[in-house]
Amino acid sequence: MSAIKETLTGPIFKNNPIALQILGICSALAVTSSMRVTLVMCVALTVVTAFSGMFISSIRNHIPGSIRIIVQMVIIASLVIVVDQFLKAYAFTISKQLSVFVGLIITNCIVMGRAEAFAMKNPPIASFMDGIGNGLGYSVVLIAVAFFREIFGAGKLMGYEILPLATEGGWYIPNGMLLLPPSAFFLIGGFIWVLRSVRTEQVEEPEFKLAKHTPVGEGV
Amino acid sequence: MEALLSLFVRSIFIENMALAFFLGMCTFLAISKKVEAAIGLGIAVIVVLGITVPVNNLIYHYLLADGALAWAGYPDMDLSFLGLLSYIGVIAAIVQIMEMFLDKFIPSLYNALGVFLPLITVNCAILGAALFMVERDYDFAESVVFGLGSGVGWALAVIALAGIREKLKYSDVPQGLQGLGITFITAGLMALGFMSFGGIDI
Repeated sequence: MSAIKETLTGPIFKNNPIALQILGICSALAVTSSMRVTLVMCVALTVVTAFSGMFISSIRNHIPGSIRIIVQMVIIASLVIVVDQFLKAYAFTISKQLSVFVGLIITNCIVMGRAEAFAMKNPPIASFMDGIGNGLGYSVVLIAVAFFREIFGAGKLMGYEILPLATEGGWYIPNGMLLLPPSAFFLIGGFIWVLRSVRTEQVEEPEFKLAKHTPVGEGV
Repeated sequence: MEALLSLFVRSIFIENMALAFFLGMCTFLAISKKVEAAIGLGIAVIVVLGITVPVNNLIYHYLLADGALAWAGYPDMDLSFLGLLSYIGVIAAIVQIMEMFLDKFIPSLYNALGVFLPLITVNCAILGAALFMVERDYDFAESVVFGLGSGVGWALAVIALAGIREKLKYSDVPQGLQGLGITFITAGLMALGFMSFGGIDI
């Protein structure tokens, strides 16, 4: 039981797919300008990762090694088509806002990476849990980024007003830059900085070390 | 002709795949430590995008779109839900064929691109370009220009980032930002720079 719990909670902070494994960054940056869209994206990705892990792992002993990537790709693509059609049917406006990024779940490295690294070696239930865990790890980063972008960029959360805007008689002047794409880079960069200050074992070694300044008088 | 030129410029600078849509980020961040590697990867992306986007365009217009199968006697057929599966299949197949072709006929180029070709199949910039092409309903000529243009834009971005990172490794970065963190912030600043191209129209 504790092993399952470990596969579920491990990826959220200890081994976060975005901050540490550098997987699935594309969509992390592009869909985070509003909270509602982000939540839909997180759910879609978690569902695809979990079920692709389960299906791939249940046929893992029958997949020939040489064509495994194609087999994984077909399973993932089929699941994404299901999710895409579902969103088009039940949440059309959000599916329009997400535009190509639902389709891009196929090439999201988290899905492929977990299928290759975990589902090919572990039984279906564990793979399902691992998929959900990694989906949650991805969601934590996305929701954090979306929270800052929407609340400071538009003064809203989930479309509801939190900080009354100056243009509508309130006091908050929104920071428009947070709605623009580059701010997502800065926020994730900062997020990584915070995470690595807490967990110092994740810090990368610098390639070059600066030499100390020579004090005056010692030089000559 | 002018419209095509404008599309070309727009897809390189304004709608830059890497810096405006964040496509292909994983490879963008992973293979930008050295300029030579970035150039190799950039060329591979240009070539693959230049081929796969037009091919996917033909497949969409003659096989998948609503009513596209009229030439085969099925005017009511709408296979567009199979899009995702076919695009990724086409991309994987073309990358594989290109790899074998280059290995056989142009070994020098194959050795230069070698490691990057298989990586490109799962580069979201390639699939993303195909999906943008469908969403914006480009015709064949536009899709050729769009494919090449977004490839050039992506290559430009990755080579520029690699150049910056080569200089950056001699600088004194705070401990927690070392490596990935500072790369994100650099890419953010580059994205801001590229945004200044916005509004240019030919």
